[in-house]
Amino acid sequence: MIFGYLRFHARSNSFNIGLGLRQHTADGMAGPATGESRDTIEVHLWRGQETGDYQRFEVPAQANQTILDVVTYIQRTLDPTVAYRFACRVGVCGSCAMTVNGRPRWTCRTHVSKVLEDGKVEIGPLANLPVIKDLATDMRVFFEKWQAAQGRFTPSQTRQDPIPQMPPTERISIDKAIECINCGVCYAACDTVRWNDKYLGPAALNRAWTLVNDKRDAGQADRLRAVTAEGGCQSCHTHQSCADHCPAQLNPTESIAGLKRRAMEAYLRGEL
Amino acid sequence: MNDLRLYLLQRGSAALMLPLIVVHLIVIYYATSKGLTAADVLARTRGSFAWGIFYTLFVLLASAHAAVGVRVILREWTGLAASARDAIAITFGLALLLLGLRAVAAVVLP
Repeated sequence: MIFGYLRFHARSNSFNIGLGLRQHTADGMAGPATGESRDTIEVHLWRGQETGDYQRFEVPAQANQTILDVVTYIQRTLDPTVAYRFACRVGVCGSCAMTVNGRPRWTCRTHVSKVLEDGKVEIGPLANLPVIKDLATDMRVFFEKWQAAQGRFTPSQTRQDPIPQMPPTERISIDKAIECINCGVCYAACDTVRWNDKYLGPAALNRAWTLVNDKRDAGQADRLRAVTAEGGCQSCHTHQSCADHCPAQLNPTESIAGLKRRAMEAYLRGEL
Repeated sequence: MNDLRLYLLQRGSAALMLPLIVVHLIVIYYATSKGLTAADVLARTRGSFAWGIFYTLFVLLASAHAAVGVRVILREWTGLAASARDAIAITFGLALLLLGLRAVAAVVLP
């Protein structure tokens, strides 16, 4: 996991020795807080399930405070019945995504100072997923769609075979899409997911694209059929919300466009 | 027809329509800037095999393209059942086809 974290930051050009000290620019977290300093933050936190309401909390303001810090403070100090999910706190595990002022974000790496509006912040559960309680969503459908998109490696060789060589030029297309942390931000940001419950979504299709480009994989025919069935890659409207919101700065829209091209080529060859 | 074929039909019809649209716009610009009357236009189109083929192809492509698009819109914006969506989209496509071919016949047939 630490290795993954190092790689992750090296890729986003924000790696430094003091892990996590330098913030990710995708969420505009770098730099000092702007505007007047405040003693408290006014937090409106979603309480309930599909129906519910925002509950107001006052949370002490601190330097370099993240949205996850705010939620944790509320749960540990003000109201222990608040439900939310997190694990690593450093942008690796993809557990803590929530809707912050109407925008899906990874809360552990979203600084309060950059999202505060008039001293207030509204925190809710991710959109497009059923709410279990408060800020915790049921992500089963999200991961089921990864499976439906055949987002798993199908081995083509045994351990007795020599390790296949992949030239860097072939590996690049995989590298561009591989660092997904499964946070569900793209899924929550996607209009097509909202309109079409069968749509596999940006994350699952992005994962499928990495495997489509992996010549070691033996499940290509099934995968291409899976990603072109109803709700497959062809449903994408290229709105690019996934690319805009992805905290890992991936571009699932580009991956989906790649799948569309591969699907068309396969169809013209009579394989689909 | 499965989703992928419909998708390719829509994208393919759009690609093929592009040059036809360009020609169509040039024709409109020419006809209006030269101040052609309806009679002038009909004199040029009636009995013209080339214009007949051109606009018949245009109508075929536009009908297919629009019907597939309407099917997607109904899928995303209404709660209609799949069979109802397909029926509406096919009806819409056939209506466009019928009206379009009728219009082509009106200006091309001698």
